[in-house]
Amino acid sequence: MTATVTLDAKIPEGPLAAKWDNHRFSTRLVNPANKRKYQIIIVGSGLAGASAAATLGELGYRVKVFTFHDSPRRAHSIAAQGGINAAKNYRNDGDSVFRLFYDTVKGGDYRSREANVYRLAQVSNQIIDQCTAQGVPFAREYGGLLDNRSFGGAQVSRTFYARGQTGQQLLLGAYQALARQIAAGNVELFTRAEMLDVVVDDGRAAGIVVRDLVTGVVSSHSAHAVVLATGGYSNVFYLSTNAMACNVTAIWRAHRKGAAFANPCYTQIHPTCIPASDEFQSKLTLMSESLRNDGRIWVPVDPDDARQANEIPPDRRDYYLERTYPAFGNLVPRDVASRAAMRMIDQNRGVGPLRNGVYLDFEDAIGRLGADVVEERYGNLFEMYQRITDENPYQVPMRIYPAPHYTMGGLWVDYNLMTTIPGLYATGEANFSDHGANRLGASALMQGLADGYFVLPATIGDYLADHLNTTPLPTDHPAFVAAEQAVRGRVDGFLAVNGTRTVDWFHRELGTIMIEHCGIARSRPGLEKAIAEIPALRQEFETDVRVVGSADTLNQSVEKAGRVADFFELAELMCRDALDREESCGGHFRVEHQTPEGEALRDDENFAFVSAWAWKDEATPQVKIEEPLVFEYVKLAQRSYK
Amino acid sequence: MNLTLRVWRQTGPDAPGRFETYQADGISPEASFLEMLDIVNERLERSGQEPIVFDHDCREGICGSCGVMIDGVPHGPQLGTATCQLHMRKFDDGATVVVEPWRVAAFPVVRDLMVDRSAFDRIIEAGGYISVSTGSAPDANEILVPKDAADAAMDAAACIGCGACVAACPNSAAQLFTAAKLAHLNLLPQGQTERDRRTLAMVDTMESFFGSCTNHGECETACPKSISVDTIALMNRDYLKAMFSDRRLVGR
Repeated sequence: MTATVTLDAKIPEGPLAAKWDNHRFSTRLVNPANKRKYQIIIVGSGLAGASAAATLGELGYRVKVFTFHDSPRRAHSIAAQGGINAAKNYRNDGDSVFRLFYDTVKGGDYRSREANVYRLAQVSNQIIDQCTAQGVPFAREYGGLLDNRSFGGAQVSRTFYARGQTGQQLLLGAYQALARQIAAGNVELFTRAEMLDVVVDDGRAAGIVVRDLVTGVVSSHSAHAVVLATGGYSNVFYLSTNAMACNVTAIWRAHRKGAAFANPCYTQIHPTCIPASDEFQSKLTLMSESLRNDGRIWVPVDPDDARQANEIPPDRRDYYLERTYPAFGNLVPRDVASRAAMRMIDQNRGVGPLRNGVYLDFEDAIGRLGADVVEERYGNLFEMYQRITDENPYQVPMRIYPAPHYTMGGLWVDYNLMTTIPGLYATGEANFSDHGANRLGASALMQGLADGYFVLPATIGDYLADHLNTTPLPTDHPAFVAAEQAVRGRVDGFLAVNGTRTVDWFHRELGTIMIEHCGIARSRPGLEKAIAEIPALRQEFETDVRVVGSADTLNQSVEKAGRVADFFELAELMCRDALDREESCGGHFRVEHQTPEGEALRDDENFAFVSAWAWKDEATPQVKIEEPLVFEYVKLAQRSYK
Repeated sequence: MNLTLRVWRQTGPDAPGRFETYQADGISPEASFLEMLDIVNERLERSGQEPIVFDHDCREGICGSCGVMIDGVPHGPQLGTATCQLHMRKFDDGATVVVEPWRVAAFPVVRDLMVDRSAFDRIIEAGGYISVSTGSAPDANEILVPKDAADAAMDAAACIGCGACVAACPNSAAQLFTAAKLAHLNLLPQGQTERDRRTLAMVDTMESFFGSCTNHGECETACPKSISVDTIALMNRDYLKAMFSDRRLVGR
């Protein structure tokens, strides 16, 4: 089912290190006086959206930014804890732009574009400069210089951080920059407004349809270009570390309008989350990967060791990451750490009341550094852990287990971050571009801000230049009217079913299928089973869901119903993509394809490509288009963290 | 656990509200407060009743979306804890729990337990930023920030903007929120250039929405991030200085 269409990634000519400079020089510009003639819509106000809105506003474009939250500052970027990478080499420990680039491509298991990742590494340094100038209170040394910490998948210390709240502080920086543009009148903010469709006219993005979540009013907004910065889709698994409202709807609606969806099966399971405690659990809580700097991961040697963790002597503990991966130890990349933890649980060596965790132990760190230093580094994380579990991690080891956390897949974009729909862009987690099959820690914040502050503002002009002195499609145009009608019809449809089961019930059922068959490990029989079960459950959803209330008021059940309906369609595509990719790479682990040691076994000869799925119509399964990945600077190798 | 809930229901900002009583039976002590509300809502929906509306999102105590009055206390009985991080083990089996929205004139009720806190955004828009357009920043290590100053700024910057401070205040004052935002920026070298302008603009905007501070200190107790009222003293000092300063001389 491979289509013959080829995707043009528009990777610039020239040597790797010169591509971004060459591209910016050859890109057409919009002169300052003309910028105000353009209307740009940005959906989403997290790091990628807020930074883009602020920067485009500063440049003089007219910007509208939409968020379904009550304030831009609520976006889930705020929950990122550990830090943000940059190739500053302030530690003098051998870091460089090329090393950050190389680590990121390797960490992504060689399934990302070299040119994009190199640009990301180049821009990383400017991000730290920008955020520092904005007043982001990054951690400091006594001399007043910036501090760094280490993160998984790297042997240098290149991660900048603000305690365990780096995402919060970076988002507040971007939000404040956005607030300045709102006050200046360059950006118009729409809160509690959810985008429910993209309108395409004459093959180009013409605008969006939004539902006012307070009044239920459905309306249209038109623009010269539309940017989706709407995050990832980990909530397809129901239980994930994502915020409750995170969803795929914006990018899925764009996919249905023609934007190819790339690598949907590349999802990341984060190794350090608090294990579920009961069946009503609504979400899982992440404990920053930075904890693996000082915490040691272990399980008892004897699965039946019933002693308290503190009473188990060192020789009866299996520090399995340090044992298996001596070079990287507890700092192996996330996918490797997650699978190792899963193997321990599968061998019935898990700890805790439900035997669904492994220990993350700070005893040695407290002994070496003192409790006060540990508190300074991780205090807020320890407090959060104690609030949730009622256990004191200064005294007993934390219990952790992997949970869905981030999605590397997303809308296919070219080097300019434009999707396959001209004029429609995707930034941050919503696109697929930089992390390959596995994202390294502290790289999500880097990518979101790179896209928003530096990449998109430099590339969007090339498209806009063609549309100088054109007027955006009027919102009473039939294309908008039809899209609005479809949105209203969909909302009314959910309310009309009047079945017996809640939206949450269906979401949990879907999540169970997905985590079992398309989660940390995937197999052909499992995926085939999921592909059979999902449409059946979806049909049940369509005939038996119960959504109460009305369409013309604030109705959180209606909001959820639309998101879960889109998750059903996405879930099926994820499983098909996972089935199609007959190799293991990064977060995509097919049990049929592993090394004798149980590591992911890639097939570079047959699978060194991006799978971009193109929507045809309701009745036809999506068709796969391949974008070959060419590696000129990185040597493809079996990843080894031993 | 079995609980009796008395929950405020209100269909819109201008509609009259009322308390409704719901049974929340068979709740695990390991459940969070919002998971308890989820369970109640699922039961309501199954019986054809409209679920209780409340703001929530990250459920990690960082996004600031959630926040309700629980037995008259913002975010409930556990100090330094947002509603989403509060667990049912903090309640007694058989208890009656009263759940209300923030009661603040500047935060009109949207529906049930959800309120409109956009007045906070207006305060930020008035000046809660450092004016540095993208691309114009110097190398990050050219700006030295003493560690103690960075730590103090971070303490204030931890504010999640939930509004509990205002809900706790007998005057519905937003001093702690505004002061936390000002302290974050005014304590840093980067924030000095605009300090006076920022302080005046944010305080004046705050006063156009909210009541006045009379030093009760309820805000600090209610704050899920335990932000200190010392920030308010700093704000008052900066405000006073800003009123008398000659901005043309700030660069000297």
